[in-house]
Amino acid sequence: MTVRVQHDDFDIGAEIAAMRLARKDIGAVASFVGQVRDLNEGDEVAAMTLEHYPGMTEKALEQIVEQAKQRWDIFDALVIHRIGELKPLDQIVLVVVSGAHRGEAFAACQYIMDYLKTEAPFWKKEQTSSGERWVEAKASDDSARERWNKQ
Amino acid sequence: MDMIKVLYFARLRESLGSAGESLEVQDGLSVADLMALLAARGDQWQQEFDGCKPLRAAVNQTLVLNDARIHAGDEVAFFPPVTGG
Repeated sequence: MTVRVQHDDFDIGAEIAAMRLARKDIGAVASFVGQVRDLNEGDEVAAMTLEHYPGMTEKALEQIVEQAKQRWDIFDALVIHRIGELKPLDQIVLVVVSGAHRGEAFAACQYIMDYLKTEAPFWKKEQTSSGERWVEAKASDDSARERWNKQ
Repeated sequence: MDMIKVLYFARLRESLGSAGESLEVQDGLSVADLMALLAARGDQWQQEFDGCKPLRAAVNQTLVLNDARIHAGDEVAFFPPVTGG
C-alpha cells in the first residue's frame, strides 16, 4: 500500500507495470486517472492550484486505502495525488489497485476515489477568465461516498 | 489554561489572513466552543465561524464533529469541505 503526495507528474504506465509485475497471482489491475479540465461551472479554467494539509493528507489517504483493503480482497493499492499549480490536461490523481479478479479491484478503486473526494484534505483554487476562485464541494460527491454505507 | 495549535486552510486562511496560531484555551472545550470564541473576534472571524458557511474541523489530523473535545497540546484545523481528486 503506497500513498504519495507530490508536485511532480507521474508515469501511469510505469506505475501500473510496477504493480502488475509485483506478484504472479495478480489477475486484475484497476486504475483511475483524474485530470484538470479547461471548463468548470461555465468558465474557462486557465490553471488551478492545489493546496493540502501536510501530515493529515497522507494520514487520511492511508486510512482510506486501509479501509478498502479491509473491505475487499485486494493485493495492493497505490494513490498518487499532485499539489501545486496544474494546467488543463495535467494529471491530478492516480489510483491503482491489484487483485486476483476484476470485481474486487474495480470496487476498491472506486471506493478509494469516492472517499478521497470527500475526506482527503485537498482544496482547488481555479484561475478563470473572471478571476480566482475556490472550487466548491459538490453534494454529488457526498452521495457517491454514502452509497458504500448502504451496501 | 492550556495551549493548543489552531490551523486554517484554503478559503479560511485567505479570508482570516492567517495560516494558524497558538491559543490558550480551557482544557476539554469542544470544537463548537472554540468556533464560538473565534467568531466573537468579529468581522471576517464571525463570518467564517458563525456556522453559516460550510466548515470542517480536524483534531490531531482526524476529521471530527463539532462536539469533539480539545485538550492541551492538540492540533485543531478548520477548513472548507475538501475538493481534491
